[in-house]
Amino acid sequence: VNKLLTLTTFLPLLGALMVLAGGRGLKDEAARWVALGASLVTFIVSLIVLGRFDPSASEPFQMVEQAHWVQSIGLTYTVGVDGVSIWMLLLTTFLFPVSILASWTVTKDVRRFMAAMLVLETAVIGTFVALDLLLFFLFFEALLVPMYLLIGGWGGQRRIYAAIKFFLFTMAGSAFLLLGILFLYSKGGAVSFRYDALLGVAGGLPATTGRWLFLAFFVAFAVKVPLVPLHTWLPDAHTEAPTAGSVLLAALLLKVGTYGLIRFNLVFFPEASKYFATFVGVIAVIGIIYGAVNALIQTDIKRLVAYSSVSHLGFVVLGLFAFTQQGVTGGVLQMVNHGLATGALFLLVGMVYERTHTRDLGEMGGLAAGMPWLMGAFLFTVFASAGLPGLNGFVGEFLVIIGTFAVSNWFGALAATAVVLAAIYLLWSYQRMAFGRVREEHRLLPDVNLREVVILAPVLALLLVFGVAPKLLTDRIDPAAEAVIARVAPDPQHTTDVGSPVRNSILALPAGEP
Amino acid sequence: MIGQEVLPTPALVFEPVLPELVLVAFAIAGLLYEALAKRSEPILHLSIGLSGVLLAAATTLPLWSWDGAATVLGGTVSADRFAVLARLLLLVVAALGLLLAYQYFARSGDERKGEFTPLLLFATSGMTLIVAAADLIVTFLALEILSLSLYVLTGLTGRRAANEASMKYFLLGAFSSAFFLYGVAMAYGATGTTKIGAMALALTGSGGTQSLALLGFALLAVGFGFKVSAAPFHMWTPDVYQGAPTPVTAYMSAATKIAAFAALIRVLDVAFQALAWDWAPVVWGLAAVSIVLGSILAIAQTNVKRMLAYSSIAHAGFILTGLTAAGAVGIRSAVFYLVAYAAMTVGAFGTVMLVSGRGEERTRIADYAGLARTSPLSAALMTLFLLSLAGIPPTAGFIAKVNVFSAAIGAGYWGLVLLGVVMSVAAAFFYLRVIVVMYMQEPEEVSASSMAPDGEVLVGRGAGAVLVVPAAATLVLGVFPGVIVAVIEKASVLRW
Repeated sequence: VNKLLTLTTFLPLLGALMVLAGGRGLKDEAARWVALGASLVTFIVSLIVLGRFDPSASEPFQMVEQAHWVQSIGLTYTVGVDGVSIWMLLLTTFLFPVSILASWTVTKDVRRFMAAMLVLETAVIGTFVALDLLLFFLFFEALLVPMYLLIGGWGGQRRIYAAIKFFLFTMAGSAFLLLGILFLYSKGGAVSFRYDALLGVAGGLPATTGRWLFLAFFVAFAVKVPLVPLHTWLPDAHTEAPTAGSVLLAALLLKVGTYGLIRFNLVFFPEASKYFATFVGVIAVIGIIYGAVNALIQTDIKRLVAYSSVSHLGFVVLGLFAFTQQGVTGGVLQMVNHGLATGALFLLVGMVYERTHTRDLGEMGGLAAGMPWLMGAFLFTVFASAGLPGLNGFVGEFLVIIGTFAVSNWFGALAATAVVLAAIYLLWSYQRMAFGRVREEHRLLPDVNLREVVILAPVLALLLVFGVAPKLLTDRIDPAAEAVIARVAPDPQHTTDVGSPVRNSILALPAGEP
Repeated sequence: MIGQEVLPTPALVFEPVLPELVLVAFAIAGLLYEALAKRSEPILHLSIGLSGVLLAAATTLPLWSWDGAATVLGGTVSADRFAVLARLLLLVVAALGLLLAYQYFARSGDERKGEFTPLLLFATSGMTLIVAAADLIVTFLALEILSLSLYVLTGLTGRRAANEASMKYFLLGAFSSAFFLYGVAMAYGATGTTKIGAMALALTGSGGTQSLALLGFALLAVGFGFKVSAAPFHMWTPDVYQGAPTPVTAYMSAATKIAAFAALIRVLDVAFQALAWDWAPVVWGLAAVSIVLGSILAIAQTNVKRMLAYSSIAHAGFILTGLTAAGAVGIRSAVFYLVAYAAMTVGAFGTVMLVSGRGEERTRIADYAGLARTSPLSAALMTLFLLSLAGIPPTAGFIAKVNVFSAAIGAGYWGLVLLGVVMSVAAAFFYLRVIVVMYMQEPEEVSASSMAPDGEVLVGRGAGAVLVVPAAATLVLGVFPGVIVAVIEKASVLRW
């Protein structure tokens, strides 16, 4: 009856099969259009999902679909969205057509490239909507393969090294996730992997067991986020990946990590979350500052943006582990904002690279003179990423900072320094790129073409819209954030028991089959 | 004293061993044809072999609803569904092996050996017998039938590497058979019987002879460890898998594992079920060593067949991981793993054969450079099988791993599972490396001999078609494992 989420998830896969089924008969140009068409239809369907999503509904997960999959082990196909995943879903379906359009310049093995992109889209959407832990893990692992192929097949000089490093780091992390899931599953009598079933199991575990499980889940997501010191795959992967790969890595794959922290770590193991909150806060702050400092010293613009991601994502995690309404909402908001702003930055870096054939800031300069529109868009995005009021980055950062101050002045103050650092490295790098003496060979570079305008316009528009009207986002995020807070910190003093039936029921799935 | 029986002779019920009788009959027919025909036709050999396998399968199927005694022929052969399922699997693998070998010899230019098909049928009859054996003597006999046939199959082409592999396999195999037989003797000493069911009863009651029984079990474990290529009894595996003709490797890597594990399951979960607390640590240790050694040594390999051989050692470890859980849970997970492993290993070696073009050419990993360009189909197939071997969803290998891991965690061995998941990551590295070479490197100069006129690497259409079966199985079991889980469920109860 209501299969909207399934439709959204598997439409891209259908597109991928169409692209592949075309075989050699399918012209490159046709493959591009099929891929773009599939991702656009997916986006439209996901807009219907957004339209049907009711922010005031009492049950947290909406449009839930449930079906048995492998009955003998209790694997179900259960999907649904809440106020967090709905935005991750939209971010995904929005950025894929943009990235596919940005990959129009790919000329090597176009069919395979487009197929990999679409398979990746299905896997990413799947991780965001899955409400069965094994199903989630399945998508979580499955998204590695197309991303690995994208980096390794269409990346830069050291692409193979970067691709393997990316794959192995993530897989090493997810090994612990699988262990954790299987442990919960066997504690629950080995009957179900469903989100609500295992949530109940996790609630009944002794504190020590819960802490170990928290760590097992945490490692997997910390690699993905990435948190220092598990971040070393990121600069390589981002730098070597093709433009679309970098965009999707930064905008979406990192969010899978923070999304996992919200969906599983905080909600499943509230006691352990509080127990480890300071520890997580410290490594988040280290990540914020380490990422920012590293970004400051980079001369490769792509690497610079990559390190800025480390810094920004540390911010998100800090917000989440403040366990305050503002912190969590701000964290989720930052996930969306970072996805858009950093995605846009990678798109722009890609466009600049296609013209100058260098990513070295030392070999650029004065580009604004010849390409006013392109560099204008770049400046706009830099401002958004640096958190200029009126653009989207500001609100999320602001919320995270006040949310963090409410808990600890130290963490709040340190987080605030990151905003300053971001402004420095972003503006400084922009200055080196856009101003100064223009190099001889860069004198006659073309400004944005129509395709690039179509790519950039919607992204930049959203940067502005969400800056002016963040309420569009927070209306739906707030109830979900409240549910998380209710679980982790039912009151500001952190004293009442967390496993009370009322709290549980807030997060429970609607009763029924299976 | 006419009318009085001096020796009680058991009632002779032959239905449960009909598959073996059929296989042997067709093997003999094949031998006679080879001996009497002036010039034997390969296609006729293939038809004899395939009809034998098909007929054996046809005689196996009715046994699914067998309602006679649990064991027949004087309690030496069981007639349970477990045996039926294992037999059917073995027969499918045998059919794939025959088809692949036909293609292989058609292209390799080796002298045709008429003995190939009969030998493969003999080996298969030994395997189908061992999965049903309810008496350790029969187990041993079946083990020898399959082993001797395999030793010869390994060296059949007469290549130097093949001869060496065959000799090594034979010597070490004979050694392990001795261990096995000694184990049977010890078990007999402890229980006064060689019948698996009677041993279980004897061990449940007695206390005094347990140490002897454990010694017997240890020796049996050595024998089985050799057959399933579990470390530290794996020494022969890399040489034999690399040296044997590729279709033989494809066949035996899958079939030997199914057969030997099925027999091991009977020994663990029936004969020694009373001692589960004692054998579980042994299985644990074998599993751990196999996973670690197999995964780590595979990293250093430069030959695809050798790499897959080490990976098969690691997979033996994963199957043993499932078996640490005694009873139906462990059996279910192990059987599912065997089905999945059979599909992916036959597929992987079959693809190696495709890529080889002819004979044993092009089996270095470096030879796979740019395969995605020169032969996209083989590259895609290989990728599918490698991802499944690495346990990446949505393939059969993933579901199989989840199954064995959750069985082991249920039994409380989460340390072993931790080791398993960590080593899976190390293993992913060498599977990925092949994918990297295929998709991300430019093709080398391809030798002219393996090029078809249109410039594409020679892909035997026939062999490619054969691989549709394992490829489909790998995908379907990964996405809809339910199709076979219900069957396995029914087959995981051992009758004795």
